[in-house]
Amino acid sequence: MEEISRRHFIASATTAGLALWLGLTSEGNLYKAIDSASVNFSPFILIEANGQITLFNTKPEIGQGTFQSFPALIAEELEVSLDQVIIKQTNGEYQFGNAQRSGGSASIRNSYLPMRKVGAAAREVLIKAAAKTWNVIESECFAQKGSITHAPTQRKLSYGSLIEEAAKFDLPENPKLKDPKDFKILGKMSKRPDIPLKTNGSAEFGIDAIVPGMLYAVVYRSPVIGATLVSYDATEVLKIPGVVKVGTAERIVGVYRYTGVAIIATSYWIANQAKEKLVTHWDNHGFDKFNTRDYEAHLRTLANQTGIVEKAVGNVDDVNLPPESYLEAFYETPIIAHHALEPLNCTAQVNGDRVEIWTSTQVSSAVTGKGAGDMHGQIGFTPENITLHSLFVGGGFGRRLSMDYIVEAVNVAKLVEQPVKVIWSREDCTQQGPFRPMTFSKLKGGISAQGALISFEHKVISPSLQQSRDSTFDPSKVDLAMMEGISEQAYEIPNMRNSYVRADLHIPISPWRSVTSSTVSFAQESFIDELAYQAKKDPMDFRLEHLKKTSDAKKVLLKLKELSNWETKLPKGSGRGVAVWEFFAGLGGQVVEVTCHKDKTITINRVIAVIDLGEVVNPDNVRNQMEGSVIMGLGAVMKGGINFVNGKVAEHNFYDSPLLRINEIPKIEVHILTDGGKVKGVGEPGLPPFAPALANAIFAASGKRFRKLPFELRL
Amino acid sequence: MISLTVNQKTYQLDVDPEMPLLWALREVIGLTGTKFGCGVAQCGACVVHLNGEAIRSCVTKCDRANHQNITTIEGLSMDNSHPLQLAWNEENVPQCGYCHSGQIMSAAVLLRENPNPTDRDIDDAMAGNICRCGTYPRIRKAIHLAAKLNGGKGNEK
Repeated sequence: MEEISRRHFIASATTAGLALWLGLTSEGNLYKAIDSASVNFSPFILIEANGQITLFNTKPEIGQGTFQSFPALIAEELEVSLDQVIIKQTNGEYQFGNAQRSGGSASIRNSYLPMRKVGAAAREVLIKAAAKTWNVIESECFAQKGSITHAPTQRKLSYGSLIEEAAKFDLPENPKLKDPKDFKILGKMSKRPDIPLKTNGSAEFGIDAIVPGMLYAVVYRSPVIGATLVSYDATEVLKIPGVVKVGTAERIVGVYRYTGVAIIATSYWIANQAKEKLVTHWDNHGFDKFNTRDYEAHLRTLANQTGIVEKAVGNVDDVNLPPESYLEAFYETPIIAHHALEPLNCTAQVNGDRVEIWTSTQVSSAVTGKGAGDMHGQIGFTPENITLHSLFVGGGFGRRLSMDYIVEAVNVAKLVEQPVKVIWSREDCTQQGPFRPMTFSKLKGGISAQGALISFEHKVISPSLQQSRDSTFDPSKVDLAMMEGISEQAYEIPNMRNSYVRADLHIPISPWRSVTSSTVSFAQESFIDELAYQAKKDPMDFRLEHLKKTSDAKKVLLKLKELSNWETKLPKGSGRGVAVWEFFAGLGGQVVEVTCHKDKTITINRVIAVIDLGEVVNPDNVRNQMEGSVIMGLGAVMKGGINFVNGKVAEHNFYDSPLLRINEIPKIEVHILTDGGKVKGVGEPGLPPFAPALANAIFAASGKRFRKLPFELRL
Repeated sequence: MISLTVNQKTYQLDVDPEMPLLWALREVIGLTGTKFGCGVAQCGACVVHLNGEAIRSCVTKCDRANHQNITTIEGLSMDNSHPLQLAWNEENVPQCGYCHSGQIMSAAVLLRENPNPTDRDIDDAMAGNICRCGTYPRIRKAIHLAAKLNGGKGNEK
């Protein structure tokens, strides 16, 4: 079975004839093969005798730019330009292992050196092959634009003509990487090859898959989250011309299993209209009594409980400052939806014990993988019998880390022989989850007589992401995902205690761009500001005073201080706010400048966003990501969250669950720090600092402190 | 039967006249460049031109488009030679790219009506098109650049 899928992959990758494959084994060692029979490793480079060069991108393109940035790492060292190669998106083929996923801003930070090594190793054996062919010394040969040149004689051989000879050389264990000053692609302004496809309608997103004979389906799911289907009556539905079949389909979201009623028809529109005629009965299990307002009150009560300690430094109980030296605050954030613009969708065709899937996903290798948590166990097919076509993703933001919509579509496809495209309406996407959960934060800080922060406590009260996704999660333990970043900040504080209080919730939850940093950063970096005022210090100076040691966070703040002209005074009614946030994905900081007007409205004059990357692949793309992160962050500040009323989501579509529009965006300036060190992520770190920097700026301008998201830009 | 002339090619479609044009384009004709985003004229992903005017194909019945001329993103140009496509590529506008067919089709009508739009004009004309990735600053820049390529001033302010 594996042999078939491997052959399929090789046949679809090559044109014909002799080929050199070069990549990494599952242990991360360099490996090559000249004949396809032995390609049992991840071949990131394929050079064919006819000169065609293919680079494989294992990271689904969700808008973050990996369709260019990932192959760019290989191309730089291989000495080819991206316009002379074919870039192939992998489809979860087992050769490419279980890291065919886009999430956690991880693609470049995890691949920066390994992929360069792959390219460099190929360059080295190609040079050796050319030197051998010409009988000259290697140092006289150099690689450029897909050919090796012998410098003294200017003779040239293309990579394609060298593959047979190159394959005879052992790969170097540690190939020599290029000096960054010689980079032609990395760190330069470069074009993303997916962009032309996205401006003429030819980019194929999951929802665009066309499979001959395909039907279309919608699934009617319980409006009350958590209800179980008791019965349904499709008599009237089946009378509608174009309706082909009605049946049930299970969807699995983390630990939750839901059954909906699928209507399969000859068009999406017919299927979606037909929902109106469907009669369903549900057992709500009392979940129809669930209201966000009551749940929030419950979280406020839980805040009085002692949390499970996530991290303790020193002992906050031994600090013994006078009561007036302490400050306490409570912060709240809402549940929100992801709202990727491409509605969730998946096309599936079941043929006996095989299934073929066309979709947009962030986790290709989990769809096809053999692991315990991979999808095969949820759909009843062996991994070898799952074929995936991983298409362009019209927005991920964490929503497409979940495979629930793929599982459901496969179950719908089991009802008929034809391929079926299941499309979620916007209302489905808004109301069915999984959602980013809210976090509430109880904070306490103690300031010494010298104005130093010597005691700090951050207690998070929230539902648990891990409990929602993993049935083996032990609820007596801290859900570290809900404490993300809190104890990782570089501030030097002698006594600290961060803790977690878990709240039960029956609603499926999921990461959202920058995960829990998207909420807890608002609480923590706003509170640091409150403590600065308590200590009668400038908020920038206060932060820097607690960053005596050299750190990347300090570097980011100093850059922000310079770029924002922090020392210069602003007119009355205007103010600046700063925030910095470091977490697993990376590190960013922002200064927001606002003006509060007499009519109580607030305008954002500018946002200065600094991101520390260590190394940068495509600076223009990083700027695009940062602009987008700020805009998404502002949307999460200004626009409402998701609210449950009687167990159902009260919002429906963009008219009552709005997103930021072009007339609402601020001026954004981006600065990228790339002076070496740890390689950090791009996609997420631009988001967490925005909300606190904005709230801090509003306080500086007006004296009003916002401690609850969302809020309007109005005093 | 519904007769649609899409990108100068005429199609006879056996569809319900009530069916929104979006689904006729995508599912019946197979032109998938026009996108579904919200279904209720809120996001602009489905914008096409009906006799030169920008319309939301998700709420426009086939009946209304019967015997009319429709232009989709594929009809703007497939070789990306239209000034807006050139500008979109020059400014590296898209991220995920899903909304940009609609963005470009809306911008095309804006530039025809107003060859030298200001930022304010752009905001007014483009506020009906949502970009979840937040490429709005680049959309503005690209529209100014396209205005310049069209021989206008492209004045950014």
